[in-house]
Amino acid sequence: MGSNLSLAYLMLSAILFVIGGVGVLIRRNPLVMIMCVELMLNAVNLSFVTFGKMLDDISGQIIVFFVMVVAAAEVVVGLALIVAMARRRPGATADDLRTLRG
Amino acid sequence: MVGLVWLLPALPLAGFLLLVFFGKRIGEPRAGWIGTGAVALSFVTACLVFVGLWGEPEHTYELSLFQWIPAGHFNVDIGILLDPLSMAMVLFITGIASLIHLYSIGYMHGDSRFPRFFTYLNLFVFSMLVLVLGNNLVLTFLGWEGVGACSYFLIAFWFEKEENASAGKKAFITNRVGDWGFMIAIFMTFFAFGTVTYTQFLPMAPGLAQTTATFIALMLFVGAIGKSAQIPLFIWLPDAMAGPTPVSALIHAATMVTAGVYLLVRVNPIIAASASWIPWMIAIVGCATAFLAATIALAQQDIKKVLAYSTVSQLGYMFLAIGVGGYSAAIFHMITHAFFKALLFLGAGSVIHGMHDEQDMRRMGALRKIMPVTAVTFIIGWLAIAGVPPFSGFWSKDDILAYALHKSPILYVFGLITALLTAFYMSRLVFRVFYGDARWGESAEGELANLNAHTATDAVESGDHADAHDDGDAHAGHGAVHPHESKWPMLVPLIVLAFFAAVAGVLNLPFTEHLEFLNRWLEPVVGENQAHLSLGGVQLTVELLISTTIALLGIFAAYMVYLKKKVDPRRIELPFFANGWYIDQGITAFMGGIGRKGFELIAMFDKVVIDGAVNGVGRATRGGASRLRAIENGYVRWYALMIGVGAVLIVAFVMTQVSF
Repeated sequence: MGSNLSLAYLMLSAILFVIGGVGVLIRRNPLVMIMCVELMLNAVNLSFVTFGKMLDDISGQIIVFFVMVVAAAEVVVGLALIVAMARRRPGATADDLRTLRG
Repeated sequence: MVGLVWLLPALPLAGFLLLVFFGKRIGEPRAGWIGTGAVALSFVTACLVFVGLWGEPEHTYELSLFQWIPAGHFNVDIGILLDPLSMAMVLFITGIASLIHLYSIGYMHGDSRFPRFFTYLNLFVFSMLVLVLGNNLVLTFLGWEGVGACSYFLIAFWFEKEENASAGKKAFITNRVGDWGFMIAIFMTFFAFGTVTYTQFLPMAPGLAQTTATFIALMLFVGAIGKSAQIPLFIWLPDAMAGPTPVSALIHAATMVTAGVYLLVRVNPIIAASASWIPWMIAIVGCATAFLAATIALAQQDIKKVLAYSTVSQLGYMFLAIGVGGYSAAIFHMITHAFFKALLFLGAGSVIHGMHDEQDMRRMGALRKIMPVTAVTFIIGWLAIAGVPPFSGFWSKDDILAYALHKSPILYVFGLITALLTAFYMSRLVFRVFYGDARWGESAEGELANLNAHTATDAVESGDHADAHDDGDAHAGHGAVHPHESKWPMLVPLIVLAFFAAVAGVLNLPFTEHLEFLNRWLEPVVGENQAHLSLGGVQLTVELLISTTIALLGIFAAYMVYLKKKVDPRRIELPFFANGWYIDQGITAFMGGIGRKGFELIAMFDKVVIDGAVNGVGRATRGGASRLRAIENGYVRWYALMIGVGAVLIVAFVMTQVSF
């Protein structure tokens, strides 16, 4: 793989990460926020794979599996929280959860 | 048999535990017999152990029972050090304590807290034995505090009366000042030697830096003057007479107050390694205390107060002995003093008991006809303390004076003056209590009023008053008070103690080295640091003659004043002495005046600076936190942004630090 192509992948990864990050910061729907977090995680995954390929190191791909497993677990918890929240207060946004502040 | 040594403290402890849990149920008089039995068995054990100790090398036996405080390099065992010094202490402590327990059964008869009294007494004996038998400073300190606590309990035993309770508090608080010094000494000992066990650090003492040794010795001395009532911490002992008389005999005359002397004798290698002004200071403090207390004793009217100041004075002699290097003389005097002073206190208790709780000598007199046993035993005690040969006090006091002369003639002269005063005030006590006219009952009120009036007016006029009251005395009948002789549990201890007070001098007769049993017995403990006297026959004879003359002179002077009435007693019993050189008043005035201002200043400093710093930190934290709380606003996106910002900052920081 040429270094230009790698650079393109890394650029794509950076763009996806920024989209995800901005999404987390500006959206208030919790479901969308979780999706944005996923987007950031996968952007990082992409850069891991790219670096792994660039440096010819298999551990770059292995760590992606770990990230995916953790992400899956995180989604389970996150969705469960969202469902519980939606049951109690239908239509609540992430900002409405301010009331949980001590 | 020497292995039985652990039984010595264990028996009084068992007695204490039994009485503390079942005392009320056991009741009077069985609780008294249990307490007495426990201590008497302890005494029997002590005798057996004493026999066994002869077989040990250097008459020393060390037994470690179990580990107590293992903390890194700091190791303290519950261990027993039985050597000639502790053996001598144990023998006379358990012996006298047994007698006083027996006496207390009679004395405390009918008291509502009879079992509790014996509970405390047993706890005291246990603590005292821990103090002298402990093989390290920490264990000694444990016993030291134990006897202090028991002393407090027993002084304030009749706590219903306000003044008894405050006398207890005074004793406890004054002792705390000394305990502070003792604690610092323990810390310093551990710091300097890495151990607090006597057999480990005492042999190392000669190699110690002089400054360190001086500091440790000074701090131990502070501890000792607190417990043993020396200047300036002696003020608690006269007030401690508020307790029941057996307590005064056991704790505040025979045993506990000698703990300071024991401690200094125990650490004699440290005193030897310290600067030369330490022994001088000990000698001067002892000598000054002996003299000061003797002058105060001249003018006291309360029979127990006289004996209390006399105890302070005799303890001063023991400190003098330590200061001049006569360690064995100090122990010798401690033992003889324990016998005759316990005897005198118990005799005084018998008198007080017989006079129905009357302690004022102005209302006594002529008691020898009514209380023959008490009178005879008391007179033996009097001759012993006054230093009349061949009674025990003569030999021990003379031993100390010989060492004092060896060090400095000035100390010797002050010692002699004190001996003269001792003979005088003790004779005064005996003549006023057992001889002269009977002044029991109401008429003494007149005399009291007279005396009070006298202290207000000036000395010249007082002669008339004296004559007036003498006439009054002659008419005074034997009022409502009917003195009686005490019962046998109180008389037996008196007789036994009188025997020992008379003959205890044979422990250490100065004529030949073969007769100095105590000197040779204590050789392994104090031998190296003991001053060496080589008294020729002539010098010895002259010294003994001088001492005898002094004692007889004192007695004769008192005879002229109090029986022949050639001199008005008020010429001698100055208010200055009666009020204890105004030391208590001085302290009170200081505490109420300048001292109070100083303490208020310090309290202010504490409030403003120390508390201010602490509260300031608290307030700053709270203030800062309430401001910082604002950034915790509960918006998830805000937290996410902060995480992002933080990550960026960390990356930026790493980028500046790491060069690629």
